[in-house]
Amino acid sequence: MSASRDDFIIAIRSAFLKKENKQRFSLVGLIFFSVVLIILSNLNFVAINYIKSGLNEIVYRISFIVSIPEKQLQKSITIINEHVSMYSEYKVMENKIRQLENNNLNSNFLQAENSRLKRLIDEYITESDELVAKVLLDKDSPFLKSIIVNKGSKDKVSLGMAVLDENYLVGKIVEVNYSTSRVLLISDLNSKIPVIIEPGNVQSILSGSGKNHGEIQYFKSSSEISSENVVFTSGSGGIFKAGIPVGKIENVRINKNYVTRFLSNLDQLTFVKLVSYEKESKN
Amino acid sequence: MSVLAKSTTFNKLLSFTPSILLFVAVLNEYDLNYLNFKYFSFNFPFILIFYWSLKRSQSLGYGLIFAAGLFNDVVIGYPIGISSLTYLIICGFAAYLRNITLRPSLINDLFFFLFTILVANSINYFLLISLFSIELNYYELMGNIFFTFILYYLFAYIFDIFRKNIFKGKKND
Repeated sequence: MSASRDDFIIAIRSAFLKKENKQRFSLVGLIFFSVVLIILSNLNFVAINYIKSGLNEIVYRISFIVSIPEKQLQKSITIINEHVSMYSEYKVMENKIRQLENNNLNSNFLQAENSRLKRLIDEYITESDELVAKVLLDKDSPFLKSIIVNKGSKDKVSLGMAVLDENYLVGKIVEVNYSTSRVLLISDLNSKIPVIIEPGNVQSILSGSGKNHGEIQYFKSSSEISSENVVFTSGSGGIFKAGIPVGKIENVRINKNYVTRFLSNLDQLTFVKLVSYEKESKN
Repeated sequence: MSVLAKSTTFNKLLSFTPSILLFVAVLNEYDLNYLNFKYFSFNFPFILIFYWSLKRSQSLGYGLIFAAGLFNDVVIGYPIGISSLTYLIICGFAAYLRNITLRPSLINDLFFFLFTILVANSINYFLLISLFSIELNYYELMGNIFFTFILYYLFAYIFDIFRKNIFKGKKND
């Protein structure tokens, strides 16, 4: 009994403490160093932030180059899938265009009228600075949904900026380096956005699910929400302006939460707009 | 003479394959997620690190593994040090298994690998949830562990062939 315990202790000691042949570093030393790094990261130690920022700059560039073959493969798969489903999608698109043309006739007039009325009641009218950024990395990790873009603090990117694909919200800036930034996508589990569901004016929170859809949480149970209702940002909290389209309600519910299909395909982002909003000056 | 020199350089380059694969894996994160199979993903660095630490630890230095962990943290946006710690724990378990094994068997390795990744992912999960309040999908994580475990068999088989051909005649430690 004690002999087998001794063997166990010897094997553990040998595995973790003994520096092996041709190994420059001891395992236990590096484990200790990792733990120190984690603790300092947790304490937001300044030096760690500098190290991280420096590493980010190097790693993102290398990772962009290393990812090229996989991206090509991914593109080829997407192209094949698109070709296969082209005809059925064409028919759907044809109907949609007809509907959109009808809607568009009214929308310009309504937009102008809305803007005029908002000025009258001193609502939060915004003007924005726009930057177009290229997506360097889009790691579709099952755990974290984020992308890296090629604009950073040198281009005046700041934390919290909204990230749009055309006119649709796709995420916000959560990390800014000198020449790159990380965007937390709206599909990430940690993403929570105040939204409004129209028609019906239902205020709610859109939470990422870690998959390619969102979930509508914290709404009044008496609210009338039905499929194909459109989800917009509500502007609460002041991070995003109100009225940015985000998604459409689907006819499926998960744990009593409504499922939202995003208007932008988050797997296919190549260029995005980084936008910051400020209150319009009155003069 | 020059053919001999070329072949030696090529062999030397091949002997760096585990390290190169590890860095490509962490920088590229290729886990076929874009195929969009529900819950399908696997952690290739775990398989690579465990196999080479077990079978030929001099091919994959601890320093390199530590650096690869830092790179992985940066790529997937984890706090610095988390992946390094996880990778080094896997190295430790592999070294322990190597020390206690007299007659190697792939099935034994496979089940010890399962135990190892369960422990490593638990530590990873605990640190992310408790210290950094990062939410993770538990089912995705379990799916990842399952497929990593299943695919170990396949990759170990391929690595075995590679190791026997490239490192034949060279002594393991």
